[in-house]
Order: sequence, then structure tokens, then C-alpha cells
Amino acid sequence: MREVAVIGVGMNKWGEHWEKSLRQVFTEAAILALDDAGVDKIDSLIVGCMSSGLFVGQEHLSSLLADYIGQAPVPAARVESACASGGLALRMGFIEVASGMSDVVLVGGVEKMTDVDGHEATYALGTAADQEYECYHGLTFPGLYALIARAHMEKYGTTREQLAMVAVKNHDNGSLNPLAQYPFKVSVEAVLNSVMVADPLRILDCSPITDGAAALILCPVETAKKLKKPVVRITASGAATDTIALSSRREITWIESTYQAAKRVYAMAGKKPEEIDVVEVHDCFTIAEICVMEALGLVEKGKGGKAVEEGLTSLHGKIPINTSGGLKAKGHPVGATGVAQAIEIVKQLREEAGPRQVKGARVGLTQNMGGSGGSSIVHIFERS
Amino acid sequence: MPTPSRYWREIPQRYRLEAAKCKNCGHIAFPPRLVCPRCQSRAFETIILADAGKIVTYTIIRVPPQPFSDQAPYAVGIVELDDGVRVTGQIVDCAFEELKIGKKVKIEFRKVYQEGEAGVIYYGYKFVPA
Repeated sequence: MREVAVIGVGMNKWGEHWEKSLRQVFTEAAILALDDAGVDKIDSLIVGCMSSGLFVGQEHLSSLLADYIGQAPVPAARVESACASGGLALRMGFIEVASGMSDVVLVGGVEKMTDVDGHEATYALGTAADQEYECYHGLTFPGLYALIARAHMEKYGTTREQLAMVAVKNHDNGSLNPLAQYPFKVSVEAVLNSVMVADPLRILDCSPITDGAAALILCPVETAKKLKKPVVRITASGAATDTIALSSRREITWIESTYQAAKRVYAMAGKKPEEIDVVEVHDCFTIAEICVMEALGLVEKGKGGKAVEEGLTSLHGKIPINTSGGLKAKGHPVGATGVAQAIEIVKQLREEAGPRQVKGARVGLTQNMGGSGGSSIVHIFERS
Repeated sequence: MPTPSRYWREIPQRYRLEAAKCKNCGHIAFPPRLVCPRCQSRAFETIILADAGKIVTYTIIRVPPQPFSDQAPYAVGIVELDDGVRVTGQIVDCAFEELKIGKKVKIEFRKVYQEGEAGVIYYGYKFVPA
């Protein structure tokens, strides 16, 4: 297997882009990544997108986007694993370069979510859950994570305030990220007094509906070394699956797919959780970040809430998590999220993260998750 | 809008709680499967799930999907039935403040939702206090 590097990153401001189409949002991010890498020709395109069919009525994104970024007739593929589609795209691009099949691969993620109303967006997102045995009974995505939150609070004594502190921390970080959809701070009181969506989760526990895209350029490390930039390698890629129905899991509060994917990347990179300097995780809801910290082995099982309360995961804490603002503040265009997580880690390792820079970061990890944990994709990045 | 066949084929589960019990390891799959997730066996027998159990976790949906907009707020939970199988469904006829993890409930056959304009009426199981 060849070693793989990230040589270009591209992302525009995320938000509600009424004036822009899916293809435009994606093309803007792709251009930024190509220019950042100094590349004008790619060998292959992999794009992660959860549900362009339901959000904008457009499938066949592989060819559409290869054409619009001016790279047709390159081969292209669209991959889907619900909200982990972006992470899966990265994994497929990594495999393609590592295998020697392609030298320069553009990995992108995109979701255009505001072309439908709230009800239709809720429906589209709900398709990541079990349509026949969860959604049929009126369950929603906030509802699924509320079920996890309630069980975590009961089992481990996790408090409502600790959940709120995840949102507060991520908004603190997001206030330093000009590309974030919501680059402002929120208080614990604001979270606790925000509108109830699915008890015990309130609107400020939830990531938003977002239009956005993100793109990366991958190539072999040997090629990357010739460029005048710090070389950021992808030293491990792991993925795992689990039941998409929450009720079928052995343990409701434990994200087994993240645990399994993490186990694989730690072995592949030869790293332990305590050797990671900066982490981006899939905080689609505040409780998700707490469960994921535990499944990644960053804290003990059941201790996630306490770790957040103690400031362990804040920007200047022992394990900074979601320095970008996370899904909560940066936004969550579902198919783009996994790719944007990688962008934040690359910026941190290149020391280009500005006011949110984690000093001396050399090893970073991303965790991207589909549905209520039915799929997880984890990557480790290192600067040599 | 789904065709009637999509609704019709789930009737054995939604009306009668038919599940598949693995003949090799005894694992009960609900809904039924062709391959046992525990032992990969492909031999099953059809059984009927227990009709009572206790709440494992629950939430109250305040922002519903469109077909449920006339029902919100409503409670949804995961219930562990007396045979150990966990099932997701609405918890009804119960004041929200009386919802509790561990609370005993039983299954009743109820209307779940309906499509407007002469569409199908969807039925299935719901949980009520035991």
C-alpha cells in the first residue's frame, strides 16, 4: 500500500445559501481545494452525499459534479452512508490512492438542504433510520438521540447541564471559525431555555440544517514531498457498521460502530487514544459527542459528561474536541461533514487554524457517523 | 406516498408481532430476518412476541414528522418485552410525568397515523401502562 497525503483543502462559508445550487456549492469548494493543492488535473473524483435525491431531486452526482468542476471524463463515484457519506468518500479516495489505482483524487462532500421545507428535510434525514420500525412510529432523529440521552443520564448520571456544555464549548470554538454557519457563543442558560424538540433535547442541542460542501485533494506521500508545504499524511482509515435500528443494539448508550472503527485505526496507525492531539467528532446532537468520546477511548465509559464539565475537551484542554465548532456551530450539510472534519484536522496540523490553533498539534483524528450510529468512519492524520 | 403493498407486507409484524426465532442459537429477530445476526444460521421458526414489558428509554416528540403533526406532543420509547426483545413504539394513555424508565407497559393494537384524502389508515402496536 502507498502512503497517502492530503495536499489541498477547500471549503466555503456554510449556511443557508438560497442563491446557490448544489452544483455551485460543490464546485466552489472543489476549486478552493484544487487551488490550495496547485493541481489542475485529477485522476478521479469521489463525492459523498446523503440524499440529493430527496433534497434537490437530483441523483447521478458523480457525472454532474465531475463535469461542473471541469474534469470530465475522469471516473467519478458518489458514495452514501447517511451522515457519514463524507467520511466514507474520504476512505474510498484513500483506498484508491493507496492502491495505486489513481495518483490524484478529489474527495468531496456536499449537501444542499434548504431547497425543501422543514418537514421534507426531517423526512429526508429520517431515511437514515429504520423506516419501517422507527420512523413508522413517529420517531425523528432528535428523538433517536433523545432516547440515547435519556438512557445515558439514567445509567451514568450524566446531567442536562453537561449536555448543554457540549453546545457551549462547540459554539465557543465556532465563534473563532469564520466559515461556521453560527459563529457565535451560546450560554448554558440559553441552551437550557431553548425550545424543547424531543425531551430531554432542546433546539440548541441539535446541529442545524445547512447548505455546504468541502473538498480535499489526495495524492501519494512521495509526490506530496515535492511540494513546498507541510506534509499531512492519512496514516489510518477505519470503518464499521452496526444495526440501523437503535432497539436492536445490545447497549443503547454505546456506539459500537465507532468503537470498532477506532480499534482498527489505532492498530493501523500504531497510536493510542492518549497520543491524539486534536479530534473532530460527529456531534449531530450534544449527547452524540459524549457517547463518541467514550467509544473512541478518549475517556472512560460513562465519564463523557464529566469530562466535558471539567473542560478536558475545550480548546485549551487536554483533548481538544471539535475545534472547528463541530456540527453544532459549523453546520451539518450531512454529506459534507466528514470531509470538513478532515479539513479542520489538516489545518490544525499545518498550523493554519488561526485563533483556534492547538499548539504543536501533530496527530489528529476524525470520527464521522451515520444515523444513530449504524455506521462510523474514523481516520488518523499525522504531520511528519 | 407508499403503495399499499409496502404497508400490506408488514402486517404480520405490525398486527400480530410475528418474529423469527433462530433454530440454532435461539436469538429472536424482530422484524424477521433471513440470516441470524448472532450465529449466521438461516433456519428460523415464526413466533409471536410477548405482549408486555418495561420501558428501557423514552422521549416526547415535540417537533413531529408531517404525518404525525396532529398528534404532537407524543411519547415514543424502546420497550424490552418479557421475552427480552426490544421494540420501538409510541407510549400512549400515559401522562408524560408518569413516564419512567422501568415502568411496566403492555401492547395494544391502535391506529398509528393516516394519510389524508382517502389514503390508507396505518395501524400497529402501541404501548400503554400495564
